[in-house]
Amino acid sequence: MAMDAEDQIELREGVDRETIETVQAMAGKYKHGWETEIETEYAPKGLNEDIVRLISEKNGEPQWMLDWRLAAFRRWQQMEEPRWAMLSYPEIDYQDQYYYAKPKSMAQKPKSLDEVDPKLLATYEKLGIPLKEQMLLAGVEGSDEPRKVAVDAVFDSVSVGTTFKEELKKAGVIFCSISEAIREYPELVQKYLGSVVPQSDNFFATLNSAVFSDGSFVYVPEGVRCPMELSTYFRINAENTGQFERTLIVADKGAYVSYLEGCTAPKRDTHQLHAAVVEIVILDDAEVKYSTVQNWYPGDENGKGGIYNFVTKRADCRGPRAKVMWTQVETGSAITWKYPSCILRGEGSQGEFYSIAIANNAQQADTGTKMVHLGKNTKSRIVSKGISAGRAQNTYRGLVSMHPKATNSRNYTQCDSLLIGDKCGAHTVPYIEVKNNSSRVEHEATTSKVDDDQLFYCRSRGMDEEEAVALVVNGFCKEVLQALPMEFAMEAQSLVAISLEGSVG
Amino acid sequence: MLEINNLHVKLEEDDKVILKGVNLTVEAGKVHAIMGPNGSGKSTLSYVLSGRDGYEVTDGSATLDGVELLEMEPEERAAAGLFLAFQYPVEIPGVGNMTFLRTAVNAQRKARGQEEMSAGEFLKVVREKAKALKIDAEMMKRPVNVGFSGGEKKRNEILQMAMLEPKMCILDETDSGLDVDAMKLVADGVNALRDAGRAFLVITHYQRLLDHIKPDVVHIMADGRIVKTGGPELALEVENNGYADILAEVL
Ligand SMILES: Nc1ncnc2c1ncn2[C@@H]1O[C@H](COP(=O)(O)OP(=O)(O)O)[C@@H](O)[C@H]1O
Ligand SMILES: [Mg+2]
Repeated sequence: MAMDAEDQIELREGVDRETIETVQAMAGKYKHGWETEIETEYAPKGLNEDIVRLISEKNGEPQWMLDWRLAAFRRWQQMEEPRWAMLSYPEIDYQDQYYYAKPKSMAQKPKSLDEVDPKLLATYEKLGIPLKEQMLLAGVEGSDEPRKVAVDAVFDSVSVGTTFKEELKKAGVIFCSISEAIREYPELVQKYLGSVVPQSDNFFATLNSAVFSDGSFVYVPEGVRCPMELSTYFRINAENTGQFERTLIVADKGAYVSYLEGCTAPKRDTHQLHAAVVEIVILDDAEVKYSTVQNWYPGDENGKGGIYNFVTKRADCRGPRAKVMWTQVETGSAITWKYPSCILRGEGSQGEFYSIAIANNAQQADTGTKMVHLGKNTKSRIVSKGISAGRAQNTYRGLVSMHPKATNSRNYTQCDSLLIGDKCGAHTVPYIEVKNNSSRVEHEATTSKVDDDQLFYCRSRGMDEEEAVALVVNGFCKEVLQALPMEFAMEAQSLVAISLEGSVG
Repeated sequence: MLEINNLHVKLEEDDKVILKGVNLTVEAGKVHAIMGPNGSGKSTLSYVLSGRDGYEVTDGSATLDGVELLEMEPEERAAAGLFLAFQYPVEIPGVGNMTFLRTAVNAQRKARGQEEMSAGEFLKVVREKAKALKIDAEMMKRPVNVGFSGGEKKRNEILQMAMLEPKMCILDETDSGLDVDAMKLVADGVNALRDAGRAFLVITHYQRLLDHIKPDVVHIMADGRIVKTGGPELALEVENNGYADILAEVL
């Protein structure tokens, strides 16, 4: 059976005018749009083999890594940018930007966080990212248990530092920047890099393979439950510069890790490219939770500026009973092209995808997931909540594929769209392929608009319009917000409010 | 407290006139009841007072303690002390009842320049008030009005009212769809809030609610106007004879 359905819903009349105006008034509330004044060293503009070599050299890489990059680069030159997504944007000039930017103060890699440039430390502090090894008070109702979160902080093209490294090492967990991993743990990196997202996977992944400058590396050994949450915080600061980070997470047999990812960028009038690759390898009985709060600069209300976010994320459940859970809250970026996927290879392995995608003003999001069922008795679950406001276009694109050997497998997909205003659009593009008789796929989809009666009810109880919309939309997203770790849930909730105050109200 | 003068209202989208000169004064500490046939404009009056979209005020005024209500946003009216218990309370999927209530209470406190209530204090007060209305902890966790029975929805409205402590409470057919026990709970909830600084406008079809919430004044509304005003005996007259006689007499 194959289904290729597309249903497009454009919003109807009868929408509360005021809501739209409020939303417009609230646009441009992006909180992290400030810039760090710091001296930056750039590679020459443009992209060629020399740039690839230079990045490799800056990172002090071994020959095999350079060869791998060059192979990717040659491949990339023969590839075409994909155009199948429901996104429209002008041609990207890949020669008109920088591929490497690093604060001059990072010329000598700091040996510890104490040596890091205070300006960089101040940047993360302002962003609310703890670079001190301190307990975090989650500050959430019902939990005042202090928790630790280890952070790898990536600033433009380099990792500034990683916290709790030593404590993690004692538990056997490796958590460091990918550039460090390439130098210190070459066997592990060589074994797994490109094994989930091959070099030639797609245009943007191949570009990333050639020019990735930094990112995070995680290895959790057999039987180890990572003693704290791990996180990477990506900050783009330099102008006209792309960020290409690469993350590799390996959970060995029976291991468990929860990983969080956050990202922001300054307000700029020009678009900036972000093309990341995340690869996750999950062996027998291991489990990985990967949560993202994506808050790149979305551009202004007219679509000026903003990040072009082309990201390839994939998890390979390689062993039996391996489990992966992707949770994403996508509120930023001018363009989002992102499909965190699960390869369910191991017998009885499980993949879950929980997503909130908010598009406001001129933002465009084309996001979803792929659940590729290869093994017997595999299960997957997709819960997608798309919210569109302003003139934004929001597309859910998903593939559920049951291969012949994936007998007795199950998928459940729930795909809900919420529209605010009458100029935005929500689209659902589910692809379903079932190639055996014993598997079952369920798909449910709804589209609704923020209801005037709900808003009036909230307002008659004293909430202002922004608060009312935020509350209603948070309610709409509830199932996904609940899937987030506590540290992120609060942030995500207020982000939903802001970008729905800034993407709704 | 509430003063409505010559209020004329029509629908925004067409020219249908619904309120045709409503005059009504509710004094602090009093309970006024409004009765009247279906379609006479009772709900419209309550919506217009609380600021719902879709209506156009073509003439007249409504003030709360001397302040013009009709110019304000709905949330400003709420902060000024106006509360409407909805005839049809609205469902908000995914938003916990407790979260909703706390957001509302704190929004009003903020608007009045007061400090937010701490989580602990809030919980304590809610539990106590919910208990009196036989609202259990489970119902506080459920999404606002979603899957609530008719009676649960109405009791929930009264809980909101008890938490928000408004000075002018409008109850729109809060008794309809309630069994005797639930109506008793609702009436007790209202009576507990009665005091010299607070007034009630109770819209109802039935005397039975007014047996429990004793009104000081009863108004009959018909075709967009208050056509008759009297004491509690007026409600009994309606109960016994229906509206026909009264309407025949005034029209
Ligand atoms: N939004 C609306 N659209 C169309 N007709 C309406 C609307 N609101 C009220 N009406 C009409 O106005 C009249 C009064 O309604 P309502 O105020 O609900 O009366 P009551 O509460 O006394 O039963 C009715 O004829 C009703 O159909
Ligand atoms: Mg009515």
